[in-house]
Amino acid sequence: MSLEILKQGAEGRLYLGNYKGESCLIKERFVKKYRHPDLDTQITRQRMKAEAKAAGRCLAAGILAPRILHSDLNTHKLYMEYFDKAQTAKQFIQETVAGKTEDLAKQALEELCTRIGGIIGKMHSNHIIHGDLTTSNILINPKEGDYEVVFIDFGLSHYNQATEDKGVDLYVLERALLSTHSEQPYLFESILSSYRKECGKDEEAVLAKFEEVRARGRKRTMIG
Amino acid sequence: MVCALGIEGSANKIGIGIIKDGEVLANVRRTYITPPGEGFLPKETAKHHREAILGLVQSSLKEAKLQPADLDVICYTKGPGMAPPLLVGAIVARTLSLLWAKPLLGVNHCIGHIEMGRLITGAQNPIVLYVSGGNTQVIAYSNQRYRIFGETIDIAVGNCLDRFARIIKLSNDPSPGYNIEQLAKKSNRYIKLPYVVKGMDVSFSGILSYIEDLAEPGKRQNKRKRQQEEEVTDYSQADLCYSLQETIFAMLVEITERAMAHCGSNEVLIVGGVGCNERLQEMMRIMCEERGGKLFATDERYCIDNGLMIAHAGAEMFRSGTRMPLEEAFVTQRFRTDEVLVSWRQD
Repeated sequence: MSLEILKQGAEGRLYLGNYKGESCLIKERFVKKYRHPDLDTQITRQRMKAEAKAAGRCLAAGILAPRILHSDLNTHKLYMEYFDKAQTAKQFIQETVAGKTEDLAKQALEELCTRIGGIIGKMHSNHIIHGDLTTSNILINPKEGDYEVVFIDFGLSHYNQATEDKGVDLYVLERALLSTHSEQPYLFESILSSYRKECGKDEEAVLAKFEEVRARGRKRTMIG
Repeated sequence: MVCALGIEGSANKIGIGIIKDGEVLANVRRTYITPPGEGFLPKETAKHHREAILGLVQSSLKEAKLQPADLDVICYTKGPGMAPPLLVGAIVARTLSLLWAKPLLGVNHCIGHIEMGRLITGAQNPIVLYVSGGNTQVIAYSNQRYRIFGETIDIAVGNCLDRFARIIKLSNDPSPGYNIEQLAKKSNRYIKLPYVVKGMDVSFSGILSYIEDLAEPGKRQNKRKRQQEEEVTDYSQADLCYSLQETIFAMLVEITERAMAHCGSNEVLIVGGVGCNERLQEMMRIMCEERGGKLFATDERYCIDNGLMIAHAGAEMFRSGTRMPLEEAFVTQRFRTDEVLVSWRQD
């Protein structure tokens, strides 16, 4: 079966294919020759398992994520649901900013961020840590004149109740937003305010941890 | 036509460089080397720099065959770095500026590394991996700033290597990282270590504690754990160096690749002291080839802290109209890469 390569992501190659008659996305985590074979095998297996597990957990919690149809640890291939009309939140934000007046764009993006924040809150209240929250890993899938928000790329995810991991998750997202969408500094704020409503009883503790991780981060600007 | 003299002294190297329109005229450097098992302390490092700096200024002018009157601007490292060594460079720069009646410019150390790397390799708009004793950052340019996409959330990669070298008492001459690299070549036995990647960020402190335990099992706090692992402690120092390098470099390559995919870029530039490690360069090159990209790297003359990079970044700033009044000629230990307005790039 010849496969159409869609793109090469950070973790592997993406192909369009089908599984038992259903068209799907195939994510192949090919062997990375730069790392030691033992390390490569360990990382690849760990990430494939994490991805399949987290997708299941998300769906059970009512969070949209690609359904995993099949996972093949021997060929390092994961067969999953494909959202053919979707674009990444990164593209969506850039297009919104380019195509609308400043006020309208801000309004539309704040709406998006409210949704994103709510979902991340829900994820954390279910103790799912995404591990790589960026606007490249959030899909905007058009649906009946509106859109739905789908989270993808759960390779770095894990299940943990600790506030530390949730704090780091938020910190990673904040940094990604600041660097990728530096002209829209309000994005993270909207995400955080709707996050707080959904993240469950640990709200204060997670936010305190987040501030702690941030402060830890600032020390980095030292000696070079 | 800008002819700039640059002074760098943010850590244990003191260097002077002279550059004229992108042409290297002089690049001299001295390194403060401490005995095995010891790191460099601010006060002693500053003393070393004070003793070396004037001689270096003279030899750089001699090497460049220039008189002070031929210079257009004096540049120095404003930060980030250790304060006492930074001050040595700043004070000499201020004095020379007043003595020779030349304008003065304070340069961000990280920007110096990036611009020097771009000049030497000719990379146009790469993802930059900046790895040194104090910094670990994945950087991309957008909209007149060098933006930090990923970085370490605790200690720098070079700091992790240096501290491990201290534990196993490796020589600091020419640098601890170089000696780890040489020792690592003698082994191919991979010992599993923690692997910590969080999105585009990394963490090294846990790996360091873990490998410290392996290197010195006798010092372990937890006695029960010590007994459990008593049988499997036949690691040689070379095995540990090899495994440490393989693990932390794989982490760095991974976050660089993630930044490439996120930004849609296919060029990588490695700068900073750890950047001259050939194994890191090799791993990065393989990753680039696997995705049709290209690697740019430099050797120790330009990778490791040097005065030339400060001269070059300062010359670019000067050319684009940046000026600095004498009152602002101070140093700062914390000076983030993304604080600098990149006035010399228009893309």
